[in-house]
Amino acid sequence: MPIISRGFHGRKPDPGRKLPPGQYETFDFPVLSAGPTPRVSRDDWKFTVTTESGARHQWDWGRLMALPAERPTVDLHCVTKWSKFGTHWEGVSLDVLLEDVETEAEFALVHSYGGYTTNLPLEDLLDGKAWIAHRYDGEELAAEHGGPARLLVPHLYLWKSAKWVSGIQLMLEDEAGFWESAGYHEYGDPWREQRYQGD
Amino acid sequence: MARTAVSGRLATRLRWQAAALIERREESPTAQTLAFDLPGWAGHLPGQHVDVRLTAEDGYSTQRSYSIASAPDADRVELTVQRVPDGEVSPYLADDLMVGDAVEIRGPVGGWFVWRPEQLEPVLLIAGGSGVVPLMSMIRVRGMIGSRVPFRLLYSVRDPADRLYGPELDRGAPGLDTTWVYTRGTPDDWARPAGRLTPDDLVRWGWPADFEPTCYVCGPTGFVEAAAGMLVALGHHPDRIRTERFGPSGG
Ligand SMILES: Cc1cc2nc3c(=O)[nH]c(=O)nc-3n(C[C@H](O)[C@H](O)[C@H](O)COP(=O)(O)OP(=O)(O)OC[C@H]3O[C@@H](n4cnc5c(N)ncnc54)[C@H](O)[C@@H]3O)c2cc1C
Repeated sequence: MPIISRGFHGRKPDPGRKLPPGQYETFDFPVLSAGPTPRVSRDDWKFTVTTESGARHQWDWGRLMALPAERPTVDLHCVTKWSKFGTHWEGVSLDVLLEDVETEAEFALVHSYGGYTTNLPLEDLLDGKAWIAHRYDGEELAAEHGGPARLLVPHLYLWKSAKWVSGIQLMLEDEAGFWESAGYHEYGDPWREQRYQGD
Repeated sequence: MARTAVSGRLATRLRWQAAALIERREESPTAQTLAFDLPGWAGHLPGQHVDVRLTAEDGYSTQRSYSIASAPDADRVELTVQRVPDGEVSPYLADDLMVGDAVEIRGPVGGWFVWRPEQLEPVLLIAGGSGVVPLMSMIRVRGMIGSRVPFRLLYSVRDPADRLYGPELDRGAPGLDTTWVYTRGTPDDWARPAGRLTPDDLVRWGWPADFEPTCYVCGPTGFVEAAAGMLVALGHHPDRIRTERFGPSGG
């Protein structure tokens, strides 16, 4: 039996939009981060994939730009309850970046400038599900939204889409990232409302 | 940015719990403190928030996060809700929810934007508008446990009517310094002209970076972006600046 809050009606969501449980639609683009916004210049930016054997694959800004980009239009779901529909991004698919990487790893720990980390199964980064995004809504990605480049994994809560991404560590065993070790769910599927540990 | 240890209590499932409103208090013309009865509440760390779920007669439900304003107190949690014009949830909580009515609450949530009493370094609290709520919980816990850790609060509000917890902050506490920053209108005879928070305010009323304070910055996104950026520019290490952003809009 749900507890009814007397006299509460709410704003019924647009029936054409399918919202994950507990989410509401917003038209702004809110910001969630645990600290100040790191300022990383494109000249200094590097993205490094490290495998379980220690092999490193590195891209600088020029090499990233030389790779074929995709333009996904995706819905975003933040654990702080807002969802934003139909956002336009441009970025390089992780399938392209990981194509020549040899690994037996099943897990990924994503690292950011500023020290942020987040973990997810490697398969959630593959098969057209994830990008290193560098443009948003036709413009260079603003620093407060993760520029120069951020991970974009829209099928999971947005904290998995690490801003200011600096690299991905491929691992045989799972290791909790920043929010995951502060009580948030290890996987974070918005459709199963996996906000906090145990959900 | 250090990683926080996994707290055992958080590892268990966070349950939704019915919570009846037992008291409401006006903090300002646009904000109300709501005290809820939460039988068996296991306590919280100051800075944590709860999720509030409202369900309508027809079964429609929605959730929002609200910081805990109070210090831990058996079976009782206080939230302070600032009414956002045309908001779905905050006007209902601030105006319509009556004593005896119920909402659902789960938490406490958040293991990063917290002050732990075992921290001994000086603390700098920087609040914009309703961003003072989790910081007030830190101030109250400091008082409750008789901590001597020096706290400084810089609190930015539009004008004197917007102050939350004004009387309690004006009464103050030993080792707690509060500086009010008015952005639009000041009280009479106020030395600082109205205007947004500046680096100079932080130099005058904050802690020097050399003291290595932990800084907690909370408020609307634009305010937090600006204040955290100034702290970094003044030499505070980003790892010692913790932020919580409440609202999508700038301000
Ligand atoms: C961790 C966390 C802790 C929070 N703690 C508190 C708290 O202690 N006290 C408190 O009052 N709020 C707090 N908030 C904000 C709160 O969760 C809601 O976002 C807020 O009450 C607005 O909800 P609403 O349903 O009324 O507005 P919505 O219907 O969600 O939004 C209506 C309109 O107002 C805008 N809007 C939404 N929120 C804000 C805002 N905060 N400022 C300005 N414009 C806004 C939206 O963009 C939208 O255009 C917290 C948020 C987070 C993420």
